[in-house]
Formats: sequence, structure tokens, C-alpha cells
Amino acid sequence: MAPQWPTTFTMTFDPNAIALSIGAGAAAGLVGCFAVMRRMTLAADAISHIALPGIGLAILLRVHPILGGVAALLVGTLLVWGIENRTRLATETIIGVVFSTALAVGSLITSGDELIAALFGGVGHLTSLEATLGLVLSLGVVGFVVWQRHRLVLALVSPEIAHTTGINVRRLNLFFLLVFALTIALGLRYLGVLLVGSLVIIPAATAKRLAQSLRGMLVISVAASIASTTLGTWLSLALHQAPGSMVVIVAAGFFLLSLLRRSSN
Amino acid sequence: MRSYAETGCPALEVVNLSVGFDRINILEGLSFEVAHGSALAIIGPNGAGKSVLAKALIGALPYAGTIQWEANTKIGYVPQKLDVERDLPITGSDFLRAKAAVVRASQADITNALRLVGLKIESVGKPIGALSGGQFQRLLVAAALIGHPSALLLDEPTAGVDEPGQDTLNETTERLRKEHGLTILFISHDLSVVYQHATNVLCLSRGHTCFGAPKSILTPELLAELYGAPVAYHVHNDLRP
Repeated sequence: MAPQWPTTFTMTFDPNAIALSIGAGAAAGLVGCFAVMRRMTLAADAISHIALPGIGLAILLRVHPILGGVAALLVGTLLVWGIENRTRLATETIIGVVFSTALAVGSLITSGDELIAALFGGVGHLTSLEATLGLVLSLGVVGFVVWQRHRLVLALVSPEIAHTTGINVRRLNLFFLLVFALTIALGLRYLGVLLVGSLVIIPAATAKRLAQSLRGMLVISVAASIASTTLGTWLSLALHQAPGSMVVIVAAGFFLLSLLRRSSN
Repeated sequence: MRSYAETGCPALEVVNLSVGFDRINILEGLSFEVAHGSALAIIGPNGAGKSVLAKALIGALPYAGTIQWEANTKIGYVPQKLDVERDLPITGSDFLRAKAAVVRASQADITNALRLVGLKIESVGKPIGALSGGQFQRLLVAAALIGHPSALLLDEPTAGVDEPGQDTLNETTERLRKEHGLTILFISHDLSVVYQHATNVLCLSRGHTCFGAPKSILTPELLAELYGAPVAYHVHNDLRP
């Protein structure tokens, strides 16, 4: 068994885990905004499942499970993008096929405690190297969204208008999908395959309800995401519960609160 | 802006253009030229391939044949009415700022574009899904004007716009053409507007295309052949031949 993959939940305060939860929260909050506006909410959930066979394979090969998860996510994303560009099938259909296959293969090669940990996450003790790599990846994701936000807005409103301004929309879509997959990978160890998609979706859905502008949505989403990860981690320590479940429950709580605001439409 | 006669080449040259999906050609063997500073109206019944042609002209669809824009042409494109979610938290300002940032235009360009289309700055502070149909169309035209385009390609730009708004937009594009030498290509179902503003008309219909001055194209016989039924349109007295 690879020693790096936790099969019990962290019950002690770990500054590395807190730092990474803030970084991953910021990344998920930003990427989630464009995922929700692009109506990719179901895709977020499905894509996260693609990590499972990679984690299982990595455990078998005794390499770090997260590396296996990241590799599977990147390969799966390229596969979805490649099939989408070569057929006229809807993206959701392709993701549905790829994710079901990945889940089937993953459940065959992962078993027991490792499967539970892969599905529901847990922090374990993060080494400084793991935390640093996670923070660098988070910064990369945040940088991409901030740098490309104007191109993403144009492509969202009209791919044709984006095209006339010189944007390569296909390439932009690929980069967004890859960044999306990296964001999923960032939260994988923390929340697990089943719950990580919700960190991308729920804070952004909350922000979409509350915001009246792009800047407002990005700020609210990041704030809700970081608040969910940090408050969820604290609750998991206090209540001796799995951090993934607590983070998602806190995020869902913020979303429920946002429903109290009357729709402006 | 240099004229056609000065440069010796048209703003746009299309030769033997074919565009199709699933092995069915929507457009086949289409050839035409558009002179600098002229206005080409593209007309035809629904399903004739007008929007397909527009998308092929901006390079957003694969095609066979030749589409040759003059070197360094900047195209401002206004797509056919977009279906935008009502609760999308992107304001008109967000959208215009995004266009300006990508084409490296200034805030003054945004203000100027809004003035040209007659859109108030307060209106663009609202989410784009909350804008009226007319305001949204004007926003799209304003976005197309940012970045100093040399050609405008408008796919039914006045769809959903009230009559005064239509007049403003039509007069704006006409003024841009005359004063700034922009080449205009527009798709329209309003034959009165076509008669009034087009230099040439390209008509598309399955298996039949025609090209020429409005006077020679907008005849009862040709229109009946194009649309499969008699078509009436209003021409102001001062424009009658």
C-alpha cells in the first residue's frame, strides 16, 4: 500500500493542510464561476470520477496516489476534448461515457480502505513538499483565470465574437478544461472523488445567485469557497468528522442562505 | 481609408465557396466581391444559409473555396440574436471591457461606441440577461465597433429592436460607412432597409443565387422566385428610381 494516501481522517491541526485548503478554495471559487456560467455543473462532478482509476493504478504501482489521479484527470480531459472535436456528440454525453468507464475501471483496481479514502478524501499529514506543490498549482489556476477572464467572458457570450477578436476558442476551451481538471486534482485528497466536484460548483452557484457583475461573482465565489474549506476543516477537527463531508455541508449551507435573497428577476 | 480603386483589390473576395454539414452542402460554388466602403446586403428565405455564410466569412466554420479579406482587415461581428441566461451575472460593461481588453482598446473607445449606438452608460451597468432585446442588440453592435474595425458583419442586427432603435442602428452603420469608409455586410429580412442602405445585394436561396445593385435585384419577379411567393416592401418616394 502506498503510505501517502490517508485511510483515516486528520484529527490534529495541520498548518500545511489549512494553507492548501485556502489555495484550493481560491482556485475552485474562480474556476467554478466560469464552469457554472458555461453550464458545466454536471461535468464537474463527472470529471472528478475520472481520477479514480489513476489513484487505483498509482496505489498498485506504489507511487503517490495524487500523481495517478492528476494523470488520469489530464488524460481523461484530453480524451473528452478530442472526442468532442471529432464527433458531433454533446460534451455531457462524452463525459458521461468516459466517467462511467473510469469509475468501472477504478472500482476494479482499487479496493477496501483505499477505495473509501479515494471516494471521500481525508487529509492525513501533508508534507511541506506536497503543500508547496499544491499551493503552486493553486496559484497557477488562479493566475490563469485572472489573466484569461476577458477571453473567457467573450467566448462565453459568443464564441463567434471571440473568434473575430483573434481568440482561438478551441484552444481556450482545452486550456479551461485542463485548468478545471487541475482544480479537481487540488481538492482530490481533501474531499475525495465523490465530493470534490461540489467545491467547484456550490460556492460558484451561491455567487451566481448573489452577484450582479462578473467581479462580484468572482469575489463572492472565492470568499464562499475559502470560508467553506477553512470552516469545514475546523468543524471536522472539532466534531471528529471527515473534512470532505464538513466542507461540502458548510458550502451547501451558504448556498441555502443565498436562497433567502429574493431573485431580482 | 483607401478606396477599391486606389488599392486595386476588393475588401473581400469570395471564390467558389462551399459550406456544408454532414455531407450536405448549405452553400455551393458561391462567388462575389465586396468593394471598400460599400454595403453588401445578404438576403434570402430562412434556411438559405445566410448565417452560415456569415460564420464562414469570419472563419468560424470550415469551408471549401476561397475567402480573401484584404490584408489587416479587422472585422466587427454582430451575431444573430443570442440566447443569454437571464441571471448571468455579466453586465454590459463587463462584456464591453472584455472586448476592449482583448483588442487593446481604451475606455474612450467604449464610450464612443456607446454614443454611436445611442446606448446610455447606466444601461450597460445591468446584467446582460436583464437588458431588453433592443438594448442587447445595441450592446452587440457597440462591442463590434470597439477596436476600430475596417469591416462590419452584422447578422440581423435590428432583430427585436423597436422602430426608432432600428433607425438609429441603420443610420449609425450608414454614417460609419460614409464617414469612416467601413465596409459593411449585413443580413436582413427588411427589404426596405436593403433598398435604402445597400450598395449591392447578394441573394441566397437553395439552388439559386444572385448578386447586383438593389435596383436590379429587388424586382417583384426575382423576389417571388427567391422567396417562393410575392414579396412586398416599402420604398421611400425619394429613393424610387
